[in-house]
Amino acid sequence: MTFEAYLNEWPETLVQEQYATLSERQVEAALSADRRTPENLLALLSPAALPFLEAMAQEANKQTRRQFGRTVSLYAPIYLSNVCGSNCLYCSFSTVNAGKETRTTLTPTQIEDECRTLAKEGFSSVLLLTGDAVHAAPPEYIAQACTIARRWFSSVAVEVYSMTQEEYHLLCTHGLDGVTLYQETYHKPTYLDMHRSGRKRDFSFRLEALERAANAGVRRLGAGVLLGLYKWRVDAFWLALHARWLQTRCWNSTIALSFPRLKHTPSAFNPPFPVSDINMVQMILALRLFLPESPFYLSTREAPSFRDKLLPLGITAMSAGSSTRPGGYAAPTSPTLEQFQIEDVRTVAEIKTFIEKSGYDPVWKDYDQAFTEAVPKQLQ
Amino acid sequence: MDTNSPMDTFTIAGRLFSSRLMIGTGKFPSAAALRAAIEASGSEIVTVALRRVDLNSPEHQSILSAIDPKKQLILPNTSGAQTAEEALKLARLARASGLEPWIKLELTPEPRYLLPDPIQTLRAAEQLVKEGFVVLPYIQADPVLAKRLEEVGTATVMPLGAPIGSNRGVQTKEMIRIIIEQAHVPVVVDAGLGAPSHAAEAMELGADAVLVNTALSDARDHGAMAKAFALATTAGRMAYLAGLGPQRSLAAASSPLTGFLFNQD
Repeated sequence: MTFEAYLNEWPETLVQEQYATLSERQVEAALSADRRTPENLLALLSPAALPFLEAMAQEANKQTRRQFGRTVSLYAPIYLSNVCGSNCLYCSFSTVNAGKETRTTLTPTQIEDECRTLAKEGFSSVLLLTGDAVHAAPPEYIAQACTIARRWFSSVAVEVYSMTQEEYHLLCTHGLDGVTLYQETYHKPTYLDMHRSGRKRDFSFRLEALERAANAGVRRLGAGVLLGLYKWRVDAFWLALHARWLQTRCWNSTIALSFPRLKHTPSAFNPPFPVSDINMVQMILALRLFLPESPFYLSTREAPSFRDKLLPLGITAMSAGSSTRPGGYAAPTSPTLEQFQIEDVRTVAEIKTFIEKSGYDPVWKDYDQAFTEAVPKQLQ
Repeated sequence: MDTNSPMDTFTIAGRLFSSRLMIGTGKFPSAAALRAAIEASGSEIVTVALRRVDLNSPEHQSILSAIDPKKQLILPNTSGAQTAEEALKLARLARASGLEPWIKLELTPEPRYLLPDPIQTLRAAEQLVKEGFVVLPYIQADPVLAKRLEEVGTATVMPLGAPIGSNRGVQTKEMIRIIIEQAHVPVVVDAGLGAPSHAAEAMELGADAVLVNTALSDARDHGAMAKAFALATTAGRMAYLAGLGPQRSLAAASSPLTGFLFNQD
């Protein structure tokens, strides 16, 4: 059975029917359950759970502390390229965005410069990103970038277009250990409406990508939905089903979740289903109670005040001092196109101080090169 | 024997220890909190995840700064490793960086419950012993595996009481009892001990030592909880040495029903 076939067993009508009928009693039962079922999760995501947010928060805080302790991992994104071959309505990198800012793909020397700058800040974990453009950033190019990044960091993940298992394996042999790939939305009609052209339009190929990555040896998988594209209560439930599915099928891999919320988008695009702060909090709490062992990532898309408040609710990893444009660290004033505007513009040192003041230990290194498949000799 | 006297020591690989409480260093909110726990515990063996530290550049590293190598043996561990090869690499790197050749083997191929892989653990242990390491393997409470590890030359066995971080106590009691009964190396109950009473229970069973982490890192007062665990560990040890009364599954009735059979008149 594929995940898509499993997903079809939970159609939206069924999910919505549950949301309409769930009562406070079922929320209470879900809160006191030990290992939680998909039915428990529906109760926690439902409107009936709104009066229980504080109780959910206390429980989420307790579970996160037990699993991860009072620690927060720090990571940074490195944009390798902003060239893109897809037309995604919400994204600045889209082919139809004919803005004046430069499109570029970093050279190996430029990648090295970015790595050096971030390593000096103390980072040991990075996420390499490109647009959806195989012609500008083919797998071999990303593999080379992994090799460079591995000289500087103990953990290297990518957030790029979906690949074949062979391509993921190629990256693993060059030092990759993580793949983050958001489905954007699990609602297929919306997915097709948002992704008008380009490779990314293939819903099923993307849906199965994380399993291909795990089969290729990738040990850290990251999933998520782009909040604002579709009804969050439905998409968050499907996302959780995906995470559970991956946990049992790819049992050697860690499944992390991220919560990217659409805010600053190309001017012609307004998120059709905006997600409020309350919605976001309920979603994070419900997912934390359903997936107590999953790392939860929070990027600099969110404002500092909101990020600070989310930290004790289940977040275990944060980016800091991020730039979303290629070359943005070594050359901060470069006029290259950024993917989205970040809201948390605090420096790495400021975020580190905030984490410590909140009673958490900022963790730079939480992985070791010994865990990543040996780099072939000729490349060392 | 008086557990407070220096006589009640125990030995791992020829090295004498008087504290029977080992401490894990993960999950603490700060170096100060970790230091407080280590000091209050009186622990002499402190384990550090090699994946969390960069032994070549000690800046940004709160964990190592909390340990006093004169008072505590740093016991590097291989947590995060999924295969014997990865654990071997980590152990060799740790030794090459100047740490003593002691290694706590943790081979946990599934990241959710962090349960140990018996096959990879046995393979790695055998090789590391050959290379001269003092090997302390974290294992499922499996008496046969414990004997197999002892046979390949590990310095201890470290069966789990419950999954790491679960605070559920000694759920594997019956199997740990058998491991202790059969062992010729120290038995350290590791993982799952969430309250001082759990540590006492493990020591009452006859464990040589216990290892605790989450219960300390998650406490409001790290030092006080570490002290409580130290006392409980000592109390459990004292009770074991003093000879606990046997547990009866039946009550000894004060008005027996069959007494008439033995009455003289």
